[in-house]
Amino acid sequence: MPRKKSDTTDTQLRRELMQQMLLIRRFEERAAEAYALGKIGGFCHLYIGQEAVGVGAISVLREDDYVIGSYREHGQALARGMAPRVIMSELFGRSDGSSHGKGGSMHLFDRNLNFLGGHGIVGGHIPLATGVGFAINYRGGDQVCLCFFGEAAVNGGAFHEALNMAALWKLPVIYMIENNRYGMGTALERASAINDIAERACSYDMPNEVVDGQDVMAVRAATQRAVQRARSEHIPTLVEVRTYRFMGHSMSDAVSGTYRSKEELEEHMKRDPIALLRTEMEKRGEWSDADMTKLDEELKATVEDAYNFADASPEPALDTLYEDVLAESAPVGEAAGAGATTTH
Amino acid sequence: MAIITYRDALNQALREEMRHDDRVFIMGEEVGVYQGAYKVSKGLLQEFGEMRVVDTPITELGFAGVGVGAAMVGLRPIIEFMTWNFALLALDQVVNAAAKMLYMSGGQFNIPIVFRGPNGAALQLSAQHSQAWESWLAHIPGLKVVTPGTPYDAKGLLKTAIRDENPVVVLEGEMLYNLKGDVPEEEYFIPLGKAQVKREGDHCSIITFGKMIHVALQAADQLAKEGIHADVVDLLTVRPMDVETIAASVRKTNRAVVVEEGWEVCGMGAQIADVIQRECFDDLDAPILRVHQEDVPMPYAKNLERAAKPDVPKTIAAVKRVLYL
Repeated sequence: MPRKKSDTTDTQLRRELMQQMLLIRRFEERAAEAYALGKIGGFCHLYIGQEAVGVGAISVLREDDYVIGSYREHGQALARGMAPRVIMSELFGRSDGSSHGKGGSMHLFDRNLNFLGGHGIVGGHIPLATGVGFAINYRGGDQVCLCFFGEAAVNGGAFHEALNMAALWKLPVIYMIENNRYGMGTALERASAINDIAERACSYDMPNEVVDGQDVMAVRAATQRAVQRARSEHIPTLVEVRTYRFMGHSMSDAVSGTYRSKEELEEHMKRDPIALLRTEMEKRGEWSDADMTKLDEELKATVEDAYNFADASPEPALDTLYEDVLAESAPVGEAAGAGATTTH
Repeated sequence: MAIITYRDALNQALREEMRHDDRVFIMGEEVGVYQGAYKVSKGLLQEFGEMRVVDTPITELGFAGVGVGAAMVGLRPIIEFMTWNFALLALDQVVNAAAKMLYMSGGQFNIPIVFRGPNGAALQLSAQHSQAWESWLAHIPGLKVVTPGTPYDAKGLLKTAIRDENPVVVLEGEMLYNLKGDVPEEEYFIPLGKAQVKREGDHCSIITFGKMIHVALQAADQLAKEGIHADVVDLLTVRPMDVETIAASVRKTNRAVVVEEGWEVCGMGAQIADVIQRECFDDLDAPILRVHQEDVPMPYAKNLERAAKPDVPKTIAAVKRVLYL
């Protein structure tokens, strides 16, 4: 990204956030096309509409912090720095993918980036985040763990069990609810006894906050407050980020017409996180139509490169089928007193 | 050699491994202040402190997941379930998280974790507290499942399990905690995936594991008085299973009885019988018979419970049947 001499730090920041959000948008659009062509199989949950959440939140983390998410994690993986080529290859089920084709869309991992997945059971990874927080305290570290999940996960036991222990033990975890209003096709108010779900934190005496998930700067600011609390005081936070997905739950359902109306969708699409940031940047005089076009062309090329790379990547060799079921363990000492007798 | 209980053998294993590696910690219900529901973790809180001996709320799903998360980032948790009956609530973490993480991350995240606790029936605890889960857990690729039946095996297998780089399920026996046996003073390990022939004989193989090793050995003792000599194979680890030792025994005896604590349908015995028919088809002189819990939830009444459990008379009868006696 070219930087003008007059750029302030904030301007640079907004450009970077714009770059990341637009990358995710273009990546996901291309993934949708690839899915339609049968290049991607299985379930594929897109992040379009929610880009500001992952980008804003992850932008405040340090490299040694941890990120963990659900199965709608392509955007978070990109925001954390995973290469588009590697992610697209994984979606294609190819050997150059992050899991060499064994994980797919729902299971992106990158050990070097402390990106801990990519988990497919609603709410199942929330206790894992609590465990990461436990490990940070165990070692006396000052990292944090940022855990993303959808609003539907708050009705399950794993959420409550995990938050209770995090509050009880003062663990440095940020639990970030991406409230996109629908758990698959079931609206929040049809599934949850309370609609202000950040209030769930009150059961655990945990700080909580509601934030506009279409405003990347607002997400950033809220995450910064939570990270600060986690890092310096080891206090977890529940952040409810109110967002909206512009696509179906996965690639296999209609965008609108069954559980939500076209009108509702269009209303929410007026608050496109990318458009909102663009307006803000234009208002500040730091972004032009030409900037937008140039960035878009660059990112389309990046995504096209990822697509072509994935398409050319070989399928995993069949002899990898049985690899990575178990890790190698170092041999331990021999049995002593062989033939030891037992008193029955 | 010292004669100690199965409980103390497990306690020694925990203590030695926690001294050996400060990444090892134990977490579960009542493991600390209460000193363990079955006192397996007795004294550990006093030696290692509350960061490494962690009392949890009653939340099996939650703390099993905490263990998996901690293992993802470099710790080596030992998760104690007060019993495996309660661990059903945690199966999502054992199966969907711990067992699959290495594979679905393409080799990036192994999960060095031990899930342990008492398994199987005790006495008159009724249906929800009297279940043996070997076959459920052994079904899952990505897990190792060990089933120690003696103090010696309990210590050696648990120590190896804690050193293993994978999720290892340790199924202890509630009725075994007071059992005494010889345990060497010096440090030792028992490799996972290796069976042991606990008694030699050439008339019939009795293949078993866990608590049922005692049923098998007692049956073999009584049979010996009638001149029938059983080869008693203790699997020690049910996954991975030591097929070679099973096959070698059956090739010698040409007959096999499997004794297991769990139910018949899709039980461990079905798997073992399959292994035997594949490896030893031409060596068999009789159908393989199985001794197992009757196909009912465990009843409470003393006499009904006794009737439901696999036992020595049922084992003797099965051995005689495969010998056509």
